[in-house]
Parts: sequence; C-alpha cells; structure tokens
Amino acid sequence: MAEQMTEKVLGGSFVIADPDYRTIVTPDELTEEQRMIAETTADFVEGDVLPVDEELEKLDYELTVKLMKQAGELGLLGADVPEAYDGLGLDKVSSTLISERLAKASSFALSIGAHVGIGTLPIVYFGSAEQKKKYLPSLATGAKIAAYCLTEPSSGSDALGAKATARLSEDGKHYVLNGTKQFITNAGFADVFIVYAKVDGKEFSTFIVERTMEGVSVGPEEKKMGIKGSSTRPLILEDVKVPVENLLWEVGKGHLIAFNILNIGRFKLAVGCLGGAKEAIQLSSRYANERTQFGKPIASFPLIGAKLAEMNVRTYVLESMVYRTAGLMDTGLGGIDHDSPEAGKQSAKAIAEYALECSINKVFGSETLDFVADEGVQIHGGYGFIQEYKIERIYRDSRINRIFEGTNEINRLLIPGTLIKRAMKGELPLMQKAQALQAELLQLVPGQTFEGTLEEETHLLAMAKKIFLMAGGAAVQKFQLKLEQEQEVLSHLADMMIQIYALESALLRTKKRIDKLGEEKAGLAVAMTRVFAQEAFEKIESLARETLAAVDTGDMLRTQLSVLKKLTRRTPVNTVELRRQIAARVIQSETYVC
Amino acid sequence: MNVYVVLKQTFDTEEKVVLQDGRVSEEGVKFVINPYDEYAVEEAIRIKEAAGGTVTVVSVGPERTAEALRTALAMGADEAVLIADDRIPADEYALSRVLAAFFADQAYDVVLGGNFSVDNGAGQVAVRLAELLGIPHVSSVTKLELSGGEAAVQRDAEGDLETLAVRLPALFTAQQGLNEPRYPSLPGIMKAKKKPFRQLTLDDLSVTPEQIAARTARAELFLPAPRQAGRVLEGELPAQAAQLVQLLRTQSNVL
Ligand SMILES: Cc1cc2nc3c(=O)[nH]c(=O)nc-3n(C[C@H](O)[C@H](O)[C@H](O)COP(=O)(O)OP(=O)(O)OC[C@H]3O[C@@H](n4cnc5c(N)ncnc54)[C@H](O)[C@@H]3O)c2cc1C
Repeated sequence: MAEQMTEKVLGGSFVIADPDYRTIVTPDELTEEQRMIAETTADFVEGDVLPVDEELEKLDYELTVKLMKQAGELGLLGADVPEAYDGLGLDKVSSTLISERLAKASSFALSIGAHVGIGTLPIVYFGSAEQKKKYLPSLATGAKIAAYCLTEPSSGSDALGAKATARLSEDGKHYVLNGTKQFITNAGFADVFIVYAKVDGKEFSTFIVERTMEGVSVGPEEKKMGIKGSSTRPLILEDVKVPVENLLWEVGKGHLIAFNILNIGRFKLAVGCLGGAKEAIQLSSRYANERTQFGKPIASFPLIGAKLAEMNVRTYVLESMVYRTAGLMDTGLGGIDHDSPEAGKQSAKAIAEYALECSINKVFGSETLDFVADEGVQIHGGYGFIQEYKIERIYRDSRINRIFEGTNEINRLLIPGTLIKRAMKGELPLMQKAQALQAELLQLVPGQTFEGTLEEETHLLAMAKKIFLMAGGAAVQKFQLKLEQEQEVLSHLADMMIQIYALESALLRTKKRIDKLGEEKAGLAVAMTRVFAQEAFEKIESLARETLAAVDTGDMLRTQLSVLKKLTRRTPVNTVELRRQIAARVIQSETYVC
Repeated sequence: MNVYVVLKQTFDTEEKVVLQDGRVSEEGVKFVINPYDEYAVEEAIRIKEAAGGTVTVVSVGPERTAEALRTALAMGADEAVLIADDRIPADEYALSRVLAAFFADQAYDVVLGGNFSVDNGAGQVAVRLAELLGIPHVSSVTKLELSGGEAAVQRDAEGDLETLAVRLPALFTAQQGLNEPRYPSLPGIMKAKKKPFRQLTLDDLSVTPEQIAARTARAELFLPAPRQAGRVLEGELPAQAAQLVQLLRTQSNVL
C-alpha cells in the first residue's frame, strides 16, 4: 500500500478537489501481513473473548484485565506504539484492521479501545522521551492499563470549562491536583490516568496520574444502558501530588493534546462502528434465512431484503471512508520523528490536518451503526427485543457512539467550522473556488447523458460539491462571523460534507475495484455505489434547499433555487431493483459482502 | 532436534464449496493451514521450545500456499520450503514422492503432519512419505513425548487409546486434542518475512514428471445432495426397526 501514498492530501480539500481513485487507500489491497494481523485479532476474539462473553458483560474487572494482558502478549495493544518502546509501530491501516476485528468483543473492545487509543496515545504523541520510556512498554503489553479523563460533572461538550486545578508546589517538585472527572472509561482498573486540569485555574494542561498516588480514588460504577461490560466511574483527585515530570508536553498545551487525541479517538470510534455493523449484518442475514413466516424464509420478502441491502450499502460506504481516512492519517503520522523534541508539535499538526475527516467518520460511523443495528432488530422481530439474541445488545451498545468522543452535534459544528477556518487562514482555496463557481453557475448547464459505468455517479458527486459550495458560500456571505451562531445551517453544511466525503470514498474505491477485478466482479460494489449516490444526492439537495431558504429571501432566493434546480437535474435510477440485486448477494452469503 | 512439518493449505472450514466449470471454485475463498496440520505446526514449535533445534515447514502446492507457510513462520517455525510446480499432479502417490525427494538430503529427527486434510480427506501423503523414507510412523497422535531418541506416543485408534514407543527418526500425524494451536502474534507476523523461505521446483529436486505420474484419476466431481428433512419413524419398536432396515436398503443403499 505504501507506494501509493506519495502526495500529501490537504485535510478538507475533498470538497473542492477531484482526487484520482488510484491515490486513495482501500481495504481491498491488504498486504499478506495485514491480513494475518486481522486474522490473529479475529481468532483471539473468537477463541478467547467470546467464550467468556457472558462473564465480561457482567463487568468482571479481573477477567477484563487478564484478557487485556493476553491481547498485549499477542501484540494487539502495541500497534500504535513505536518499536523503540516495545510496540510495533504499525501503519494506521493495520491498527484499523485490529480495531475493526475487535469490535465483535463488544464491551471488551471498548475497554481495549479506550486503553490503546485515548489512554495511550497522549504519551505516544506528546510524551517526553523519559515519559515514553517509563510508561509505553507496560502500556503496550497490557501490564498497565490507561484511561483518559477530560469530562467533568459540569463540563462535557464544553471540555475547556473544566474545573479541575493544578497548583505548582512551593518547592517546584509537584503539581497538586484537585477535581472530579466524570464517566471515565476503564476507571475501575486503570493504572495510568491522563488527566486534564488547569494550572492555577487558568492554563489547560495534561498530567499523567498514577492510581497509586495518594489522593486518587474512584467513585461508584455507573449503571449504563449499554456497553455494560466496560467500567465507567468518576475519578476523584484530592490534593494529589503529581511529580512535575508527569506534566505532559507543556503547561497550556492541554487543549491541543485533548482535541487531537479526540480526533484519533473519533476515527477509531468509526472503525469500531464498522466492525459492529458487519456483525449486525451477519446476524440479521442468517436470522432472515432461518426464520420462516407464511411458509417462507423471511429473507425472501422484498421488504426484509431491502433492509439487508441498505445495511450492506451503508456499511460498504463506511468501510470505504474509514480505510481512505486511515490512509490519509498514515501520510501525516508516518513521518513523525518520535525522538525529536518537536515530536509533540509535529504530531499535533499532523493529526489536526485531518480533524475534519475524523469528525466526519465519527458522525457517519455512529449513525450508520445505529441505522444498521436498528434495522437488525427489526429483522429479528420480537426476538430482536430479547436479550438472548445478540442484536439486542448491539442496538443498546451502539447508542453511546453518538454521544462520547464529542457528541455528534459538537462534531457537526466542528466540520464546517474547521473548513472555514482553514480557508480563512489561506490553507484551502475555498473562497476562490466559490467565486469561480458563481460565474460558472450563471451559464447554462447542458443536459447530460451517461453511458459508462459510474459516469452518472461521478457527475452527481461533482454537482454535489458545487451545491455545497453554493450553499456554503451563500451562508458565509450572509452571516459572516455570526455564522457560528447559525447552528442549524452549520449542521446542514456538515451533513452535505459528510455525504460528499462518503459518496466520494465509495465511488473512488469502486473505481479501484473495477480496475482490479473487472466490471463483472465489481458489479456489487457498482450497484451499491449507485444506490448510495442517489440517496446522498437526495439528501444534499434537500439540505441545500433548506439552507438557501434560511439564508436568502425574495428574488435572490428564487435565483439560487433555480441554480440548484439546474445542478440537481437528473433522471432517477431504479434503486428498488438495485437493492434487490444487492439483497440477493447478502442473503446468499449470510454476511457483509462487497 | 530437527523437526519438519509437512503441511497443506486448504479452504477455511467455514467456506461454502462452489463448483464452477467442473472444478471447485477458488474465487474469493479464504485459505488456511489445514487444521490438522496446524496441530502439527504447534507441536513442532513446542518441541523446539522444550528441546531446542529448528522447525522447518514444507508444502507442495500452488504459489498461494506461501501464505500458509508464512503463517507457520509467524507462529514460530524457523524456515519454510514451498515446492511449487504445475507438473505435480494432485495425487497422494505423486505428492509423497516429491516430498520424499526433498527429504532425501535433509537431517530430521521428527517429521510431523496432519491426520488428514479437510479438503480431500485421503490421509495418505504423510504416511506414504514415512514408508518411502523407511522410518516408522504413528498416525492420529493425541500425545507426543520425546526423550533420549525415543517417542512415547498416544494415538486415537478409532475412539480407543493406543500407547506406543517409537524410535526416532519417525513421522507422526496429528489428531485433534494433541494441543491448542497458538495464534501468530503480531511480532511473530512481523518477523516472519525475514525468515528463510525457499521455493523449489521438480528440477531442483531432480524429479521428472514421469516419475510422479498420477496413480489416481478423478472420474466425477459433484456436490452432495442437499440434506433432506429428517423423518421420524412411528409405530411399535420392532416395526420401526424393520422399517428402518428396509429404508437403509432401498432408499439410502447403505446395506
Ligand atoms: C459510557 C461513557 C463513557 C465515557 N468515557 C469517557 C472517558 O473515558 N473520558 C472522558 O473524558 N469522557 C468520557 N465520557 C464522557 C463523554 O465524552 C461526554 O458524556 C460527552 O462528551 C457529552 O458531554 P455531556 O455528557 O456533559 O453532555 P452535554 O455537553 O451536557 O450535552 C448535552 C446535549 O447538549 C448538546 N450540546 C452541548 N453543547 C452544545 C452546543 N454548543 N451546541 C449545540 N448543542 C450542544 C450535546 O450535543 C448533547 O446533545 C463518557 C461518557 C459515557 C456515557
């Protein structure tokens, strides 16, 4: 894979660029090693985790910790840790494969995810050489387990409103930490806590706190709706003396650490959702073949088939998006020199580059899994409501994904917000493109006919980008700096960007598949891309209409709407028939297929 | 202790078999180390871990077999040899001849294989190899202990347990229960690509196609008939028994 990742892609540039399908990373061209890594992960889950699933779900710390260590021995916790610190320093595609295959382990996957992701990564990217030497080897093997402590009872989305404080001791040897952190994953058994607190109540900073330090305690376990086998407790800090060596990076850099780690966390969350969605498809397609009503397997009813098809389509799109993003992250993070004193700065910059894509993954991933899980329950009928069937748990467990690692609302606000900021800083020629478009839009768009495979979808994508630029441009012009307060408009712009990135990821991947496998064997991917293109385009069209109506009035609005009409002119595709074809494949293979 | 494992790459046991153009289609199929051979690999690695030495994994098969061999390397084997040559027929006699030619100049204490392969299920290659090499063999072993040039072996004899003592060098085929194969660890996977991997052809082994002409020919290939719903016999027990015998004679032709 590595040879393709030559040119650096600017984060957010997808809304104005027209990337070559050969430049994106897809899950269809894994190396033998990557396949083996995926296999080992799946075997571990199947062989060691699932047999004790019931105990894990009752929240058994000891068992969780034991399995974490086992995962550590296999190397599953060290993918993102550099080799110099006893990790494996793998590429992001490999670590993505691991997270995806772990998803089937439900709550346990979340415990691992919090440990290797938001728990360990702050030290990987922002730790000093001494801190890395001290903590990373034991975190990579699972000898120690980490947690990430940002949220407080009175500050969730408003993370910077944290009240926890740090005060430098008089002898300058310690920071004395006070405060309470809320909803901390792994708190029940973690040894190392990454804690955010304000130095002197002002400067947001990050500390490595150990469980054994005096004054560290945890509150009771929360009783949760889902992911019941994961530990979620408050962390209480009372005059905890944290050695100054345990300050991560520098005083006042806490927000950079917190948000950049969340960026990766958001991406990894989407990966977990992908794994969950695949499992839900497997369970539901098998069930649909087994269950008979009216003398026939329910899979043979078109309405059930349509559900399976749609679940498979969205999962294909999510998969395309996730691996494309993993490839992007590799280009940025692969080049970091972890031994350099500048490593923290480099990391922050590299991760922030694709912040917007990470948020898109998070929102699309969590909402895809919610959709797939919901339809999965529906396919199971009453049995889907009964705990004996795993789909019931997938449904409950799915819900948290739209809430943590930044709610989907917060992420939606960030998506266009980040794009506009980048444009303002001159990092992306967004405004120039929007202006050039204005002139272009006044011209007549000639009627189009399409012949080649995916030609129409390629056209729809190009139009979608124009529509987004038009609507976004109008909103920026109208509200200017006050746009931040127009959350509904921002959220619509976010949704357009999400659909564009999703459609483009699927479209480019499918083109690559055609290149590799030929049109016939890529037929299913083509059908799925065509269905999704219709759905995405419908959404974009209606989002744009609503946005324009919220921005302009009178003649201006009428002009804009007539332009929109021009850009959205198309003949509908028979998606009903396409979904039937897709359904047939899912039902035949009883698993996610592409 | 020099341990050799002969292994085959087979379909994953979860794969559905699809016939296309008179052949088993390999399209989109996931391949694995034949599960019984995986026990053999695990056992070989355990022998090495206990007594030192090297583990060499050997396979005759198409190029794709390299992945199975590298999986064995990732589990902990030290070297791999792939004998790939289109002129080798898929025939147990031929395969064992090719392997025997390879083993002719190897120094081995223990040769391990699987009890049978889950695809063809012949269970012949390994034991034929032992015969050609002129060494003792024990098939279907569930326990293997080595000491002082001897092996204490337990084998599964159609459900009974047989205990044997065998002088080395010898060949053993692994049965389920022998051990629990490990997963290749990630560090193991990363190391595997740096381990010696040789690929050989018939010419390298000085074997001619004539010497290994197939002794068997496939007459027909077909999928088993789909399973019919079961039938519960009714009536008095003796009547049921009579009916059963009748059905076994007339319908399923097993008597
Ligand atoms: C099981 C679980 C595990 C967790 N694990 C961790 C962990 O390991 N570490 C950690 O630090 N945190 C963790 N969290 C906390 C989680 O990240 C927060 O719950 C989340 O960020 C939301 O914060 P909140 O609950 O305070 O909701 P609030 O911020 O109060 O949000 C309530 C609602 O208001 C909306 N809202 C808030 N602000 C705005 C705005 N500006 N504009 C529009 N809408 C807005 C939100 O979208 C949401 O719908 C966990 C939570 C749970 C439930």
